Amino acid sequence: MSQFQEKTQIIRFEQLSSDIVRLTLDSPDIASRATPGQFVMVKAGRGRDPLLRRPFSISQTSNNRHFQILFKVVGSGTSILAHYRVGEYLSVLGPLGNGYQVDCDGCNCLVGGGMGIAPLLFLGKWLARVCPENPLLVVIGARTAAELSPLVKDFEELGLRVHTATDDGSLGHHGFVIDVLKTINLGNSSRMHVCGPYPMMAAMYLFCKEKKLSCQVSMETHMACGMGACLGCIVPSRAGVYAHACTDGPVFDAKELVWEVK
Amino acid sequence: MGSEVNGADLGVSIGTLRLQNPVMTASGTFGYAKEFEPYVNLHRLGAVVVKGISLEPRAGNPPPRIIETSCGMLNAIGLENVGVDRFISEKMEALQAVTVPVVVNILGDTVEEYREIAERLADVEGVAAIEVNISCPNVKKGGVAFGTVPEMAAAVTAAVKKESTVPVIVKLSPNVTDVTIIARAVEDGGADAVSLINTLIGMAIDHRSRRPALANVIGGLSGPAIKPVALRMVYQVAQTVSIPVIGIGGIETAEDVLEFMLAGATAVQIGTANFVNPRASEEAVQGLARYVVDQKLVSIREMIGALILP
Repeated sequence: MSQFQEKTQIIRFEQLSSDIVRLTLDSPDIASRATPGQFVMVKAGRGRDPLLRRPFSISQTSNNRHFQILFKVVGSGTSILAHYRVGEYLSVLGPLGNGYQVDCDGCNCLVGGGMGIAPLLFLGKWLARVCPENPLLVVIGARTAAELSPLVKDFEELGLRVHTATDDGSLGHHGFVIDVLKTINLGNSSRMHVCGPYPMMAAMYLFCKEKKLSCQVSMETHMACGMGACLGCIVPSRAGVYAHACTDGPVFDAKELVWEVK
Repeated sequence: MGSEVNGADLGVSIGTLRLQNPVMTASGTFGYAKEFEPYVNLHRLGAVVVKGISLEPRAGNPPPRIIETSCGMLNAIGLENVGVDRFISEKMEALQAVTVPVVVNILGDTVEEYREIAERLADVEGVAAIEVNISCPNVKKGGVAFGTVPEMAAAVTAAVKKESTVPVIVKLSPNVTDVTIIARAVEDGGADAVSLINTLIGMAIDHRSRRPALANVIGGLSGPAIKPVALRMVYQVAQTVSIPVIGIGGIETAEDVLEFMLAGATAVQIGTANFVNPRASEEAVQGLARYVVDQKLVSIREMIGALILP
């Protein structure tokens, strides 16, 4: 497995909404080797507070040279990252973890919520390239239209039809993405590729179990190192007691995990 | 000799264990070393200390296990590990390919468990030393940590020492009133060296959810935040015992290493910094080599305990 620790230059900074930022970083090593669902660990600032790197899914690569991360400003790390500018450098480790298993049989569905939509764009582009004949369905949701609209545009630029849902009804269906999925005839060979908040992924697990559909989920956890050393990023699994999101995942077959369903 | 980096003599000795330089990696922060191969030239390190091993496999604590704090992190991993038998059968082969000494960290619930792990490791090729984690609770003594009672710390040390064919390093807990008393007890128990400090017990609370940040409620604090405490304890212990002291706690750079050596450490372990900068240990070695050359030292050993007091 090729992993790199690099100083990568920010070549594009986009403020997608009041609190969502997308950075484009220059790293041929990482961009040319990454697969959809893999992640990077990024150091915010040079100081010791915040101390730890932050994990981010790779949301897109281009020309085997650039890759993007997408994030919402939620804490100390992301607020520092939101103040970086084009030309500055970020220390990045990656590409890390195991991404989505790609299969060109039947319909591929991308189901995302909030910042979980990030890796699905990379996956959508990938599937459109390697499985051009297969239907590709995109169902994504977020809190508001302001959050969701810029991301919808990315998928539409790929020529994909996008189904949307928002918590406040400001764009698409007023409610959850799973409500939208339930109105679509998915057939029995559809494969779900999911990334979003835990309750959404747990609901998708149940939905796919009932319909006997393949369901891959990308798990987000607390993580210190991203490379299998700290053992902090565990998720309850059926095979052992715990699996490690960084080296066993972050993408898992939902059936392999133990879900807490409320 | 391998102890020279760019002409600088960085070699140190921990009992009969010769290290090409004083920079080791701390247990639980460096996996089984292979995780770091994409980033670090392992052959340039002083030694590698692997993840703590118990007699039986341990699943560890439920999540969340880690939380960042100011200039540090709290962890309550719960000593997740594959157990000594699988360690020997699955992990040792790759470790035997590492040319620098491999130190195996061990832990247990009873003195007998420590003894038994040491016995199983005794004939295993590639184990250069054993580091004994005595911060674990003694289940036969009501869960009091071995490392907090001098008699218990000495008993564990003696039991491991009796089975062991390699140097025995005892890793001290800082969660005691006077660390020098424990240090002296394990020296009397036969320890070849002490390493300190293990993590400081701490806690983090999320006021919004009104819940502890860790599922285990309390955890071990590590990182730059604990360096002043670690330096003080290393300084005190180095004045007390005559066996080598290995400094641990918030070490990241060559400058940090030098400070611990001045306080009396013969070697050091880099821990949490590996998570942030996987190359930290190798970079520290390079920095030490530059220092020795720049300062025209005959050897890095000149720095051990060379603190100039007011």
